[in-house]
Amino acid sequence: MPFLTLSHIQKSFGGTRALTDANLSLHAGQVTALIGENGAGKSTLVKILSGVHQPDAGEIQLEGQAVRIDHPEHARELGISVVHQESVVFDNLSVAENMFVGDRPRERGWVSWRTMRQRAAEVLKQLDATFDPDAPAGSLSIAQKHVIQIARGLTRRARVLIMDEPTASLAHREVEELFGLTRKLSAAGCSVLFISHKFEEVFDIANRYSVFRDGASVGEGELAASSRDELIRLMVGRPVEQLFPKTPPELGEPLMRVEHLSRTGEFQDISFDVRRGEILGIYGLVGAGRTELAQVLFGLESADSGSIEVCGRRVAVKSVQEAVREGIAYVPEDRQTQGAILPFSIASNLALPNLTALAPRGWWSAQRETQLADEWVETLKVKTANTATVVQDLSGGNQQKVVIAKWLARKPKILILDEPTKGIDVGAKRAVHAVMDQFVHRGCAVIMISSDLPEILGMSDRILVMRRGRVRALFTREEATSEAVIRAATDA
Amino acid sequence: MNASLSAASRRDLVFGILTVALLAAVSVAFPSFASPANLADVLNDTSILILLALGQMLVIVTRGIDLSVAANLALSGMIVALLNRSFPAIGVLPIICIAALSGGVLGAFNGLLVWKLRLPPIVVTLGTMSIYRGVIYLLSQGAWVNENEMSREFLRFVRWDFVELTTLSWLAIVVALLGFIALRYSGAGRDMYAAGGNPTAAQYCGIDPGRMQFIAYVISGALAGVCGYLWVARFAVAYTDIALGFELQVIAACLIGGVAIAGGVGSVFGVVLGCLFIGIIRNALPLVGISAFWQMFINGLVILAAVLLSARQRERKRSILEAV
Ligand SMILES: Nc1ncnc2c1ncn2[C@@H]1O[C@H](COP(=O)(O)OP(=O)(O)OP(=O)(O)O)[C@@H](O)[C@H]1O
Ligand SMILES: [Mg+2]
Repeated sequence: MPFLTLSHIQKSFGGTRALTDANLSLHAGQVTALIGENGAGKSTLVKILSGVHQPDAGEIQLEGQAVRIDHPEHARELGISVVHQESVVFDNLSVAENMFVGDRPRERGWVSWRTMRQRAAEVLKQLDATFDPDAPAGSLSIAQKHVIQIARGLTRRARVLIMDEPTASLAHREVEELFGLTRKLSAAGCSVLFISHKFEEVFDIANRYSVFRDGASVGEGELAASSRDELIRLMVGRPVEQLFPKTPPELGEPLMRVEHLSRTGEFQDISFDVRRGEILGIYGLVGAGRTELAQVLFGLESADSGSIEVCGRRVAVKSVQEAVREGIAYVPEDRQTQGAILPFSIASNLALPNLTALAPRGWWSAQRETQLADEWVETLKVKTANTATVVQDLSGGNQQKVVIAKWLARKPKILILDEPTKGIDVGAKRAVHAVMDQFVHRGCAVIMISSDLPEILGMSDRILVMRRGRVRALFTREEATSEAVIRAATDA
Repeated sequence: MNASLSAASRRDLVFGILTVALLAAVSVAFPSFASPANLADVLNDTSILILLALGQMLVIVTRGIDLSVAANLALSGMIVALLNRSFPAIGVLPIICIAALSGGVLGAFNGLLVWKLRLPPIVVTLGTMSIYRGVIYLLSQGAWVNENEMSREFLRFVRWDFVELTTLSWLAIVVALLGFIALRYSGAGRDMYAAGGNPTAAQYCGIDPGRMQFIAYVISGALAGVCGYLWVARFAVAYTDIALGFELQVIAACLIGGVAIAGGVGSVFGVVLGCLFIGIIRNALPLVGISAFWQMFINGLVILAAVLLSARQRERKRSILEAV
């Protein structure tokens, strides 16, 4: 008998029907993967299970008993722990407190900071996280914040553990650790629901699958009896080639050359160049200094020493304005707070970095704005009724697409992408890769930071591997194998 | 790496040293200023500001603002003054309870509008600020309640001394201590910081940010109500315009004390220091022979300096990325 069953769940937001007929069963000691395109309704289901949303219709059964989960606290009492897709991190609180908000250890009714710190330290150690439980969460990187969020889900002995794209910004090693823990939990009888767009991970960790399409379940079963292509066909409704076939590059002169760039405490002595028509991949573990490097290249932070050349000319990128003037664009990793203006519509978000293009002779044209938005919504397959929808109401992956489109539309000379396909589905990933490919064929260059190994191996002409703030290896496309790249990224 | 939390306490520390330095500077020029009796006077003079600022801090931490505190104070003060005039036999304790109740109800009204109707806090309290003042006028018909219309007990309570400090000072100290404990060790206190820091995330953790705002408004209102009695008894007069514009000093004290206007950050210690800082300047300026107008100027400079001090690198980065 399944431990937790959902049958015929429906949920609408205003006019949007997020779930029409969702069914799911979770078994004790099993890991079930929930897969589906962006906007298929996965996170909505998670929010229903965690008491954040109430279903409009349908039934939830726990151990054969019908239950209502009407509050997040209630979900926790039932033993349901959730790692949400959205960032549930409080910058103003310490790491330890972050893990216990809503469920703080108490002693005679008062918050016990000592117990909280101890338990936080234990969970962090299991995850092999190196940061201090007393550090303020605001001082951590996006990926580290992500680790806190996972740690949150592990603080309480859960009977059901739900993880909504927990691996989106984790690299190979961290994923291994997370999976190790997940296996331990499921061996101890916990039912796990795992959501991911990465099929390698799905086949690695899960026993069962359940596929959603447009808010309805379209199939479930044992993973052992299934194949990647079959799952994709269920998800999309037609077969999709997984990896984009990269076309041979036409390399030109170096567009950007970085020499001996250092910033204390973040990265040291980084040197590389990117040529016209080239995609340079940067791989590394969480905390390797990749994002910090990108932020220096984009003028958000300044380097302590070293030089940056663009088109053979030495430039001091001291501000974002200067970087933009040099033709550099940067798609940040933390899209919820840094990438999109959530209460704005898709069209206005896309228009923001492109105002000059949309306003020839100084006058902004609504028609051009809609045209541009329609074009990109079509290219990246953003799932939405129209481009006037506010970004806040889109699913996680669709929000990402809007942010990427915003910068791709700008047509910069050098494009720095930080985790470009984090959280987006197979079809859209392919579309982003195709756009990148076209982009470099126009004589531009791409620096792609990614923790997604197949993406790094599949799209890069050269791969720079960073570890603890230093360049550890530079592979050409021919030399690079997943083993070699992982070995370079991991401490020997 | 250990940035903002310890940065906040480091900031409190620096500011504490600064306040002591200010005190030392004034005392060197005017040795009598540092006499225990005078310091006790300064504390007495600052107590109401401290009580109000502590309530205001809760409201700002949960991402609200309460512009109606001074009007609430004046209205609650008028209510108890009128009650005392009509029924001089009512004891001080019932008077304080009534003042707290009246203030709490007025605060709850703000809180409900913000929570249930999701109106912007600044608009709500700007409106209720005028409404509450209007109600005072209606209640008193524009007349004053004077010293000779107040009972002796009503007037004496705030002047009562205990170990060299007045009731007012003791109240401020006790409320500050209780506030510190509640904000650090009670679930509701921590929930306020969480709700103010990231309201969406708080919802996922089962905290209703609107409800936390409501609670903050009720507490701030109740404190303002009690301060209404204290103010009226201290100055021995109640009329429509008492404490007019005082809300700005209260908010200034919070900002000087390191409360982040964007919510989620603020400490009892910082706020008390902010109030003392204002109190010391207010009491020292007449000694130095500088007009009271300079006080506003100096407060303003200090607010700007405080904001500059806490504007962090990270915030700058984030706002740039959001804007482009
Ligand atoms: N609060 C909301 N208001 C309006 N529409 C919403 C809201 N939340 C979700 N939706 C809509 O419901 C649909 C399902 O969204 P959901 O977040 O469940 O997708 P998902 O499967 O998790 O996708 P992804 O892989 O991108 O995370 C989407 O079309 C989305 O736009
Ligand atoms: Mg989702």
